Amino acid sequence: MKLALKLAYRNLIGAGLRTWLNVIVLSFSFVVIIWLKGIMSGWDYQAKTDMTNWEIGGGQYWHENYDPLDPFTLLDSHAPIPAALQSEINSGDVVPLLIAQGTIFPEGRMQSVVIKGINPEQTIFRIPTQKLDTSTDAIPAIIGAIMAKNSRLQTGDVVTLRWRDTNGTFDAADIVIVEIFSSNVPAIEQSQLYIALDKLQEMMILADEVTTLTFRESKESRPEIDGWTLKTKSMLTRQVDEMIKTKSAGQTILFVILLLLAMLAIFDTQVLSIFRRQKEIGTYIALGYTRQQVVGLFTVEGTMHAVLAAIVSMVYGMPFLIWQAKVGWTMPIDASEFGMAIAQTLYPVYSLGLVVSTVVVVTLTTAVVSYLPARKIAKMNPTEALRGKLQ
Amino acid sequence: MENQSIITIENLVKRFPMGKDSFTALKNINLKFGTGEFTGLIGPSGSGKTTLLNILGSLDVPTEGKAYVLGKSIGSLTTKEAAHLRKESLGFIFQSYNLLQVHTVFENVEFPLLLLKYAKSVRHKMVMDALEWVGLTEKVHSKPPQLSGGECQRVAIARAMVKKPSLVLADEPTANLDAANSHHILKTMETLNRELNTTFIFATHDEKVISYLRRKIYLLDGRVDKDEIIRINQNERS
Repeated sequence: MKLALKLAYRNLIGAGLRTWLNVIVLSFSFVVIIWLKGIMSGWDYQAKTDMTNWEIGGGQYWHENYDPLDPFTLLDSHAPIPAALQSEINSGDVVPLLIAQGTIFPEGRMQSVVIKGINPEQTIFRIPTQKLDTSTDAIPAIIGAIMAKNSRLQTGDVVTLRWRDTNGTFDAADIVIVEIFSSNVPAIEQSQLYIALDKLQEMMILADEVTTLTFRESKESRPEIDGWTLKTKSMLTRQVDEMIKTKSAGQTILFVILLLLAMLAIFDTQVLSIFRRQKEIGTYIALGYTRQQVVGLFTVEGTMHAVLAAIVSMVYGMPFLIWQAKVGWTMPIDASEFGMAIAQTLYPVYSLGLVVSTVVVVTLTTAVVSYLPARKIAKMNPTEALRGKLQ
Repeated sequence: MENQSIITIENLVKRFPMGKDSFTALKNINLKFGTGEFTGLIGPSGSGKTTLLNILGSLDVPTEGKAYVLGKSIGSLTTKEAAHLRKESLGFIFQSYNLLQVHTVFENVEFPLLLLKYAKSVRHKMVMDALEWVGLTEKVHSKPPQLSGGECQRVAIARAMVKKPSLVLADEPTANLDAANSHHILKTMETLNRELNTTFIFATHDEKVISYLRRKIYLLDGRVDKDEIIRINQNERS
């Protein structure tokens, strides 16, 4: 094997431009595959981090009737705060949220909103709720940038909010937009209005009642509480996992195309080599190689393209990948339109596993592609090979 | 010196399939070669000399009969055993040199030693010795495309001789060379034959080669036509 490696290296380096063309094509595949996979990992990381920071914290208890996809459930999705969680609420490790339906009338238009009552002093979410702790004539409210854009609301705007309390009575009051925040989580921005929890409880006549309870610490096992459903962080991020999985499957097609291009070059070189280097093959056999050893030599030679490509990739790919990790990749279109937790600029995240698995997969594929044409050598007649006669 | 038999051929027949029929390239060959011989298989194209050389080099097998090379029956060797025989004991010199084009002169000559797994320092000394025999020490870093035909064949001789094999098989070694280069490499081989007692068997129809041979085996239509031993006064040659 050591000899095959040595000879293969000599043959490849000696072949000059032909080798380097293949190596460059293959190295391009390495870099693009690692970069694209890094983007996916980066997105996965960003989406989960943003969701944790802005929407789900370390996990949640949902009122048993609460279904975020069905607004009709909101009427019955509230209950008094469970006594078991009171101490955590007091220490700030659990944030209660009351969720209700409402309508605002910006510029005379009517727009449905989800009103979320939240403690202004909470520190679990990055939503700037401390801005709700403001003395104004109208009810202080904060909204996300997507909502602001859709409703054409700006900081300082006063708008009428209408809601229906727990007794079914409609009421209305003015709210003032005290802050517009921007996140990468559309779910917490689109048609969402944040006001102080005690204010919403007062408006809804639901003293001490809440819809969800978000805890800071991510624990898979928390006690069951009657009337509440535990939603762990992994359960709440499952959608992201599935979405990334779907996107990864789509990307695999791109990887396969890239690999096919590179493999085509290797395969072509191997086939050409076997036809053009008949005399050389015969010479190896005459000097004491078995035909199987020559097959091995040609396979190693082909596979070594991948090894050289990995080295070349390190030379120009590593600075590129590091630079990308720093500046990120900004999507050419507005990512907020996508409706999922995706930042406008994605920062690729590369792991050792990602790099190693890519190198292993590409190298193994190259080995297989190199071996397939090389098998023909095993059937060659050495005396005809020596004369360079095509077989 | 030419006493101990290293090759024995008994009733050797070689046939090649040709469509439904077959072509008989060698017909009932019986020969013996001793150590240190400088022998030629002489004949026109199609007389069977290269076929016989290939069998002696364990690159081909007899259809019938036996060929013993260094005590090994060629027809009974496995592919691995045949490769081992070539690697350990045989040297080849080809008409078109068959050098590895992308390797340097040093690397070409070193190749058989790599197969034999010699240590680096030993390899280096043996390669330099071999290049000195053929007078090419100054071309050690050159590659075959940078050499003349004569130089290429001298590299091929060095490659064949570097491991000091018992038997060297040379197929038309001067066919691509001019007269001066032919005499140069033939003298080199003759000297190596004399100094190292290596058996040389040529397949040739080149008069220049024939003039150097000490035994001439004439082949005609696959049969031994004449087996002639020549006594040459070594002083005449030098």
